[in-house]
Amino acid sequence: MNERWDLFTEDHVAFRDSVRQFIQKEIAPNVEEWERAHDFPRDLYLRFGELGLLGLKYEEAYGGTGPDYIADAIVNEELAQCGAGGVAAGIGGHKDLGSLYIYRFGTEDQRQRWLVPSIRGELIGALGVTEPGTGSDVANIQTKAARDGDHFVLSGQKAFITNGSKADYVVVAARTGGEGYGGISLIVVEKDTPGFTTNRMRTVGWWTSHTAELFFDECRVPAEHLLGPENEGFICIMKNFQWERLVMALAAVAAAQKTLETAIAYARDREAFGRPVAKFQVWRHRFADMETEIAAARALTYQALRKLAAGEDALREVSMAKWLATELDWKVADEAVQVHGGYGYMMEFGVQRAWRDARLGPIGGGTTEIMKEIIAKTYGL
Amino acid sequence: MTESVETAIRSSIFTPEHETLRASVRAFVERELAPHAEEWEAAGDFPDWVFAKLGDAGYIGLAYPEEVGGQGGDYISTLVLKEEMARCGSGGVGMAVAVQSDMATPPILKFGTRAQIDEYLRPAIKGTKIACLGITEPGAGSDVANIQTLAARDGTDWVINGRKTFITNGVRAHFCTLVARTNKPAGHHGFSLFLVPTDTPGWTVTKRLDKLGMHSSDTAEIAIDDVRLPGDALLGVEGEGFAQIMWELQGERLVGVAGSIAGSQLLFERCLQYAKERHTFGKPIGKNQAISHRLATMATEIEAARQMIYDAAWKFGNGEYPVKEISMAKLYGGIVASRVANEAMQIFGGAAYTMDLPIQRAWRDSRLIRIGGGTDEVMREVISKLMGL
Repeated sequence: MNERWDLFTEDHVAFRDSVRQFIQKEIAPNVEEWERAHDFPRDLYLRFGELGLLGLKYEEAYGGTGPDYIADAIVNEELAQCGAGGVAAGIGGHKDLGSLYIYRFGTEDQRQRWLVPSIRGELIGALGVTEPGTGSDVANIQTKAARDGDHFVLSGQKAFITNGSKADYVVVAARTGGEGYGGISLIVVEKDTPGFTTNRMRTVGWWTSHTAELFFDECRVPAEHLLGPENEGFICIMKNFQWERLVMALAAVAAAQKTLETAIAYARDREAFGRPVAKFQVWRHRFADMETEIAAARALTYQALRKLAAGEDALREVSMAKWLATELDWKVADEAVQVHGGYGYMMEFGVQRAWRDARLGPIGGGTTEIMKEIIAKTYGL
Repeated sequence: MTESVETAIRSSIFTPEHETLRASVRAFVERELAPHAEEWEAAGDFPDWVFAKLGDAGYIGLAYPEEVGGQGGDYISTLVLKEEMARCGSGGVGMAVAVQSDMATPPILKFGTRAQIDEYLRPAIKGTKIACLGITEPGAGSDVANIQTLAARDGTDWVINGRKTFITNGVRAHFCTLVARTNKPAGHHGFSLFLVPTDTPGWTVTKRLDKLGMHSSDTAEIAIDDVRLPGDALLGVEGEGFAQIMWELQGERLVGVAGSIAGSQLLFERCLQYAKERHTFGKPIGKNQAISHRLATMATEIEAARQMIYDAAWKFGNGEYPVKEISMAKLYGGIVASRVANEAMQIFGGAAYTMDLPIQRAWRDSRLIRIGGGTDEVMREVISKLMGL
């Protein structure tokens, strides 16, 4: 068997086991408490750093152990099964957005300053692109960064920023040039910079993660915080979208699998009319359909991962995987609530959280509708 | 992420050799078969020379070892054939050839004696003997354990009685790989496979069945009345026919859905082209999100189905027995194929409803995959059982 088609080597399988043990032992048992607190401890980033789970994409020179994108993908898959979408989002917002931008577009100095401590989990990163009036329509960003000597002066507002009110630094997309996609740059803004404030938003799901509005009011940032070439931020954002969306697809498939397992376990235990609910054909067939659709979404997502890991462009496959997997995760969660009956509607059962958390998938990181626009464009429509 | 990747991960199951093969099969299909599609559909039949020509080109035996007259290729090479056959424009031709190469004959290689291989497999690979597979009966489809056709011992001979139906290639076949009951009370161990020459007295095609689609392929209803066969007509181990045919069904389902999804891909490309050319209200219909998002959905589902099929084929070709993966690929791929064809009808509008365009044929032909080789419902039974439900 050619393991390169299989994606995962024996080492990867062993690595997955160890990641799973860590997550099921140190995260899953705390989820209920963290959900009630609407937060998870900052130390968790340090723990991830200590275990080397934040540096899988990077060379040893930065404290990483990679690059091994397949191993990194395994972390996302396992994290998606911890029982709280917010924990996965909080870690992912740092690992696959904030710090990844520093690595991909940063200078050596910038990498030393922000990436190295990020890999150790000492600094937490975030990405600030979305605005109240602009989501996937990135070219329409309104936040301004005016040059003033050796500083940029930022003014404007961001919305729905994962880790926004927790991060030590935010990679902010702001307009440094004219209208349209050619006038956008990436600028790193550190916490506590005068003129930079945040406001945590209340969300339907993902309770343990910090989703925030960011406000920039004459916020002065040193010019050396410019990340990547000036006015080429749009291209940088588009480049990173592939990994960001792939990670969402991977997480959605893994979460859907976990939700299905939970639903089946309940259906085996619960009896109705003298036999387990799982023995009714209507549920057996629905479970078979879910298992099948999860397998389909996984096959598609792994193909996108395979292409990205092989260094090929995977815009089409990633866009396909992102919408198919996240829509499916949501559908499976809805079915899981259904099989739980009245208990599915009760807050003491975790299935309602899977339902609330999964609903973000088809919205965040580019909606399903945006994904279909992209796919259609790749076919010249 | 691409700039720092050091390992080259394979992103396709197909090697350059497979792509070369694909190009030759495609050229063959477009030159030799596609021009006849309309004629064969209208006739409800295609000539026997198609088997011989495919055999001459080595295409029937792509994945069979050279010792039995095959090309010695891997399983992926036969997958290439199935995908490219979709381009012939007539689902029935692809299905008939798939029965010949991947359904009725693999059990001969796997379970047959030297003499059976020489008598049946070699000429089947050459395309000079046409094969059919006799499983289904009027009262037993996927419920194989309920097969009633009975093979009784009479001295060293076997005497077989029963009825078979929905038998692809059954009207013209030279021989049949037949499933019969050999030991009534023994349950799953009560079945055996036989190789039956169709000119044996007592073997009668009672009806050529008229079908909704797959018009160019012949489908037979067969009466088996006191068909007497020598002892060496038994294929494989007596009493193990059930397990043997369950193994065969895996390959059947896999190539069946692979051909269907290849057809969906072609249909999608046709829709795409039409969406760009056809204008309504002053613009191409593809400029409407109602159409473009639909096409994006079709493309996504086709790609997901295809990757499932490739994963299952990879495993099957490596000697694994991935029943669950194959069942899921058939279930998902079948539903996608059927849905894509229905969407194509919608995108082409009124034109699709006329018999002048082949869209209706793809729509009719693709409907079979959700029934043949085990229905969607049977797939769900298999999958849920393998999930422990």
